[in-house]
Amino acid sequence: MTMVMLSVFQHIITAPIAIIVPQIRSIETSTFFVCILVLRNLPAHVKIVEVGPRDGLQNEKEIVPTSTKVQLIKMLVSSGLTVVEATSFVSPKWVPQLADAKDVMDAIQNIQGARFPVLTPNLKGFEAAVSAGAKEVAIFASASESFSKSNINCSIEDSLARFRDVVSAAREISLPVRGYVSCVVGCPVEGIVPPSKVAYVAKQLFDMGCSEISLGDTIGVGTPGTVIPMLENVMNFVPIDNLAVHFHDTYGQALSNILTSLQMGISIVDSSVSGLGGCPYAKGGSGNVATEDVVYMLNGLGIETNVDLEKLLLAGDFICKHLRRPPSSKTAVALSSKKANSKL
Amino acid sequence: MIAARQLDKISRLMGSRATPSAFLKAFNKESLLWTESLNPKVRLLGNDDGDAVRFSTYHYSSNCNHSPTNKVLRNLPAHVKIVEVGPRDGLQNEKEIVPTSTKVQLIKMLVSSGLTVVEATSFVSPKWVPQLADGKDVMDAIRNIQGARFPVLTPNLKGFEAAVSAGANEVAIFASASESFSMSNINCSIEDSLARFRDVVSAAREISLPVRGYVSCVVGCPVEGIVPPSKVAYVAKQLFDMGCSEISLGDTIGVGTPGTVIPMLENVMNVVPIDNLAVHFHDTYGQALSNILTSLQMGISTVDSSVSGLGGCPYAKGASGNVATEDVVYMLNGLGIETNVDLEKLLLAGDFICKHLRRPPSSKTAVALSMDRRVEEYILDLS
Repeated sequence: MTMVMLSVFQHIITAPIAIIVPQIRSIETSTFFVCILVLRNLPAHVKIVEVGPRDGLQNEKEIVPTSTKVQLIKMLVSSGLTVVEATSFVSPKWVPQLADAKDVMDAIQNIQGARFPVLTPNLKGFEAAVSAGAKEVAIFASASESFSKSNINCSIEDSLARFRDVVSAAREISLPVRGYVSCVVGCPVEGIVPPSKVAYVAKQLFDMGCSEISLGDTIGVGTPGTVIPMLENVMNFVPIDNLAVHFHDTYGQALSNILTSLQMGISIVDSSVSGLGGCPYAKGGSGNVATEDVVYMLNGLGIETNVDLEKLLLAGDFICKHLRRPPSSKTAVALSSKKANSKL
Repeated sequence: MIAARQLDKISRLMGSRATPSAFLKAFNKESLLWTESLNPKVRLLGNDDGDAVRFSTYHYSSNCNHSPTNKVLRNLPAHVKIVEVGPRDGLQNEKEIVPTSTKVQLIKMLVSSGLTVVEATSFVSPKWVPQLADGKDVMDAIRNIQGARFPVLTPNLKGFEAAVSAGANEVAIFASASESFSMSNINCSIEDSLARFRDVVSAAREISLPVRGYVSCVVGCPVEGIVPPSKVAYVAKQLFDMGCSEISLGDTIGVGTPGTVIPMLENVMNVVPIDNLAVHFHDTYGQALSNILTSLQMGISTVDSSVSGLGGCPYAKGASGNVATEDVVYMLNGLGIETNVDLEKLLLAGDFICKHLRRPPSSKTAVALSMDRRVEEYILDLS
């Protein structure tokens, strides 16, 4: 059936198709029509939300100096990333790595060309963030009751009530708020998370005033089979332009989940430079998807990201050298090896 | 919904450190998630008493409600055949010679996990591939294994004859879509290699032996860069027309993305029936699974992979190569696509060979699912 459809399309003049799929530039004209079938609905532009400095570094045992964090942020911005999650105003008791949040914010105060959302778990954290110069904050709720209790020690409803305070306060000073939903396709305790639950939490966050909802596959168990019903449900309540996907690569599924999400019309993707940020629930397991791998795929799809992969590689290389670890990014490993070989 | 006795055990082990978050980290085999990821066909729903109600398989297509977004998974095949290349493509670049008995044990474990096609070895000159010099011994040892086919690589007529004497029931040949790669890899032009393979295929057809044809560099070449889809289609057609029953399209250096994979597949599908096509993606840039998903959406239903991602990339030192079978199976399970593969048994096979090679698996699924051992280690670390 597919072959018949393809041969029919083959005879359509390619010029109008070139207009319909302007984002596919790197592919021979005669095959543009093919892309319509499988790559229909792909956004022309994807915004990458870089979470390396916060989500990536927060679980590092060894404290990274403030200056290193700031340098990383600067290099990420210079690669073209326009949204970089800079730090977190949670209690240093829980996340000692980010105890220097205020200092980081001071140092990045004057960086142009990017926004720096910061995590704020409650009103107190929000106030500290605002004093430190934050212009955008992020809150996080869970779609799983058990995870909410074990991770932040309160029920979903209680956490939402807490966040309503933060969002109200933010709206009073016209500060945008990003809402994270965790465990959107699976929970380490409960297992399956019903899509309707995810939609409920996403809707609550959106209705209370969050400008963007990031849907997180916290333990990386999702596949298109679970991602699609979840997205479908959420898209019933939150406009697609306000949705982002935050996949973990613990099972190596992140890129195919991202591709699926793009096919569903999602155009905002969270990722972490060099895949910083392991999975705290599977020792040695990987966590965040690597920005380099995402950019590589998006480049191949002809989707604009504004990111210069070369400069991104430099940023990744910088932080990995500091952490004395190889990158958790296959693209970074492949391209640095290629460079090394060409120097021989 | 972790059983109460597990809670007790973990709490005792953790002592005063048994905080909710630490407990959460002691995620173990009893949890729903473990069951879900290893056996997604069985859904467990539990109440607080720990009783479980099992539901039948969730197939995405059976919940299809004609909403526009279902188009994303509309053309997926119901069944995918996985061609396991670990014992050949995976092991061939290992420096340290793996004993024949270990290779044979690996093959047996792979077959017992449900894989029905396992590329067993290669009859290339031992001078080039010393790792597989024991081709004949491996074939002897697997002679009586039921339930699977064991294609072997044969670069020429001599190799073919050796393979047949050793009892091979199926062979594989490989041509390149890139002239430069053909010259540098097997020291002859594409046309000359095709002529050589015609001899092999003729000989194979005389004794009704099926032949699988590989095409390498289908989206990129380490020397030439871009490879035109028309060239790939040309080579694929040649192999198919000469008598190959299956053509495996290989992204040798792993540079493909859906943007290059689709035009390539479309071109090839014009000249080779889709049921005779397989995809062989390398994960060097982390792109393999999304390329596989794309291929499935195009109707491809045969996928090559290698247990635990065995087989690095010979062109990028330290970089990964073959896509890991565990990761592929995980995705296919999640898509509700039948593979006949038992992921748990596959994990055992991967664990076996990785222990021998003294390396962790190059499979994120394998790493994530080897939690049982890790939970114990974690708990020990805490105490």
